[in-house]
Amino acid sequence: MQRVGDSLPVKWTLIVLALVLTALVLVVPLIEIVRQALAGGVGELLDNLTNTYTLSAIWLTLLIAVITVPLNVLFGTVLAWLVTRFRFLGRRLLQTLIDIPFAVSPVIAGLVYLLLYGRNGWLGQWLAGYDIQLMFAWPGMVLVTLFVTSPFVARELIPLMQAQGRQEEEAAVSLGARGAQLFYRITLPNIRSGLIYGAILTNARAMGEFGAVSVVSGMINGVTISLPLQVEQLYQDYNTVGSFVSALLLAMLAVLTLVIKGLLEWLAERRQQRHSKVAEDV
Amino acid sequence: MSKPRRILPGFHLSLGIALVYVSIILLLPLGSLVGQLADLSWARYWSIITDPRNLASYRITVLSAALASLFNMLFGLLCAWVLVRYTFPGKRILDALMDLPFALPTAVAGITISTLYASQGAIGQWLGFKVAYSWLGIVVAMAFTSVPFVVRTVQPVLEELPASVDEAAITLGASNAYAFRRVILPFIWPALLTGTGLAFARSLGEYGAVIFVAGNMPYKTEVTSLMVVTRLQEFDYPAAAAIASVVLIASLLLLLVINIYQARFFRRIHGNQHV
Amino acid sequence: MSITVDQISRQFGNTVALHPSSLDIKEGELVGLLGPSGSGKTTLLRIIAGLETPSAGRILFSGRDVTNLHPRNRRVGFVFQHYALFRHMTVFDNIAFGLKANAHRLSLGRQEITERVNELLGQIQLEAYAKRLPAQLSGGQQQRVALARALAVRPEVLLMDEPFGALDAKVRVELRRWLRHLHEQLGFTCVFVTHDQDEALELSDRVAVMSQGRVEQIAAPAQLYREPANRFVFDFLGTTNSFKGEVRDEQLYLGEQGTLRLPKVANGAAELVTRPHEISLSHSPSDSATLPAQVSAIAPIGAVVEVELQPFWEAPNLHVTLSPRDFEQASFAVGDTLYLHPHRLMLVDPHSTALTPVS
Repeated sequence: MQRVGDSLPVKWTLIVLALVLTALVLVVPLIEIVRQALAGGVGELLDNLTNTYTLSAIWLTLLIAVITVPLNVLFGTVLAWLVTRFRFLGRRLLQTLIDIPFAVSPVIAGLVYLLLYGRNGWLGQWLAGYDIQLMFAWPGMVLVTLFVTSPFVARELIPLMQAQGRQEEEAAVSLGARGAQLFYRITLPNIRSGLIYGAILTNARAMGEFGAVSVVSGMINGVTISLPLQVEQLYQDYNTVGSFVSALLLAMLAVLTLVIKGLLEWLAERRQQRHSKVAEDV
Repeated sequence: MSKPRRILPGFHLSLGIALVYVSIILLLPLGSLVGQLADLSWARYWSIITDPRNLASYRITVLSAALASLFNMLFGLLCAWVLVRYTFPGKRILDALMDLPFALPTAVAGITISTLYASQGAIGQWLGFKVAYSWLGIVVAMAFTSVPFVVRTVQPVLEELPASVDEAAITLGASNAYAFRRVILPFIWPALLTGTGLAFARSLGEYGAVIFVAGNMPYKTEVTSLMVVTRLQEFDYPAAAAIASVVLIASLLLLLVINIYQARFFRRIHGNQHV
Repeated sequence: MSITVDQISRQFGNTVALHPSSLDIKEGELVGLLGPSGSGKTTLLRIIAGLETPSAGRILFSGRDVTNLHPRNRRVGFVFQHYALFRHMTVFDNIAFGLKANAHRLSLGRQEITERVNELLGQIQLEAYAKRLPAQLSGGQQQRVALARALAVRPEVLLMDEPFGALDAKVRVELRRWLRHLHEQLGFTCVFVTHDQDEALELSDRVAVMSQGRVEQIAAPAQLYREPANRFVFDFLGTTNSFKGEVRDEQLYLGEQGTLRLPKVANGAAELVTRPHEISLSHSPSDSATLPAQVSAIAPIGAVVEVELQPFWEAPNLHVTLSPRDFEQASFAVGDTLYLHPHRLMLVDPHSTALTPVS
């Protein structure tokens, strides 16, 4: 097959250029994180890792993820089902609305929650009457993270479910399948990889969110400091090693996310190849 | 016309859940921004958003974002092309790496870029000019965080381009450069522009990566999202809301334009029947 | 320009797409490559265009070896199966593409390009559509634009991959006639690929029938139909009736029930084939009508009546076509027993499957 740009000199010039640039832009920073975290030796790295503040930051980061991911997976799935399986007035508007968190700067996300639930906000005032304070406390951090990560799962599922169409589900209904059974037996197997991928993205962002969370955190040591916030705090305190140790934890999470994503894609590709092979044999 | 019968179950339940969730998580908080703005007089609003320090921040943000998006337009096109058209060792890793900026927390990116490009840093020491703590640092941070947009928008479109279109251009005697410019580039142009637009929108609102590198000097290296945070830290909520509204309107308008452009282009190429 | 395919073969890994094949195509000839999918016909066409590289062999254009010439420089017109029109360009720009890309070499000015494109637009009868985009055209119109685009640079060779495959029957017939006409006018050498026997037989000066990566036979349509070289060609060009039995003393025995006189055929197992229109039917047995069968279905299809019969011996059903007039005169119904008289039979060679007529 002859395609444009297939001649060897063109091909290898472009490949080498892409690899060099990617190394400079993306790989060098990764190496730098490891280098800086190890700048004081392994001992200092372990000290920083096991210090109470770091442990509590890890704990808070996990807490945020544990609440956010399931809620947004549920919401994303319901939303995808709604907009791909039914036509109704306002369907497009709904689809546009849920994309808003993508367009909104994280700082603004933090700000709007502060305006609503803060001391002067009307919901905040009402809650203060019951002695409930959401802002500058961990529930506020969870809320803004929910906002920021709300589109991820739906974004993955909607194109997938649209492409698959609803014939399979309609066939199942005509054969007498009911709600939950229909979802678990027909829909879920088709969207599983998209769902996992969406959940992983949600998790990565939930654990790594900085801008929105920093606005509503209040920065109370050992209480409302998540890992990304600790990265900032230690860096501003000129504790570079400590800052990069926390950064290394987050970077490892990022790399793990990429590996799982790559693995899922590889599996999907292989499955598809096997299927097309079977189709050819028939 | 009679109401279409809904064959699949769960319409009312899912509609209910979606509406409640969207209201609580999205609409109510965004509404509070509108509420806060309504408390401001027009004159006061205008004086906040046209404050010279803020004006300087708009200029810096837009210029840096434009430069970063331009870099990503070229870099993203190169990577998308290489990933779709060629096979080579390490391709899978390159593909996976493209998503790194989405997976890596922005604060981590920020401190790393700042350390790398500082005058004593691993990259900074080789450069004859200042990057960290200057507006160039802002460009680098914005470019890093928005790498995936162009690659991931162009990649699927490039994959869709049938081999026969290349072959048609070749059998008609077109050179590589001519075929790329006249046939392939126009085909991926909307995706390229969309990806660049998304990268630009993201850069406009970028905060985490930028603040560590920028140096944050008033009138010189303050981005607009930092201005929002600065006002917040002074508990000047109305001013923060006013500045935020400028960023918000800019990015929503940008998205609207991108969507309209995409829809129009799609209709042009595929005809009306499929829209 | 004449095309010589000299011992061209193509392998993809372990699978052979094309066994060493040779073809001689004369200047101005219209040749159809006919075969089922996977027969290697498209591979051969793409090798002629230079879009695929042969594993071995040579391609010559008018005696000049072009095997290693880049397709960009072969100057052949190629019409793709799904047209591969440039979707973002108007009809005019699509047709002008090759001219503009080579404007330097062809030393063409803007004026001349416009003139030539307009001339082509006239030939394909789409003057009014010059400013439209491909998406705004019907399939038949897109196909004509693809053809005009390929012809714009005045190639001496036009190659077409399933040119009418994606069109509905009526448009297809119209376009065939139009192409035939255009070919007479312009005189280019043309090779096209098709899986449709009617298309191949109607359009081509000669047809190359291909199967499993081999050219089985190349001949003029009439000869191909009349004298198929082997069993595959016979089967591919129409419906086959097969008689399998044992020959003893110039007599074919089909089980207990039927016998057929076969002068000058040697003793032993034998298979004979015939076309549906080469059998006549009668109500009673005679010297020539010796094969009994029961009518199982009658289907009037336009100009002919198709009759399906179940033979009295162990064998697949037989197919016979009659003109409506003959059918009315014969007057029979489903369930009737009739006697078959094949008036033209071909003997199948058990090893090579080559066919020889039996009188």
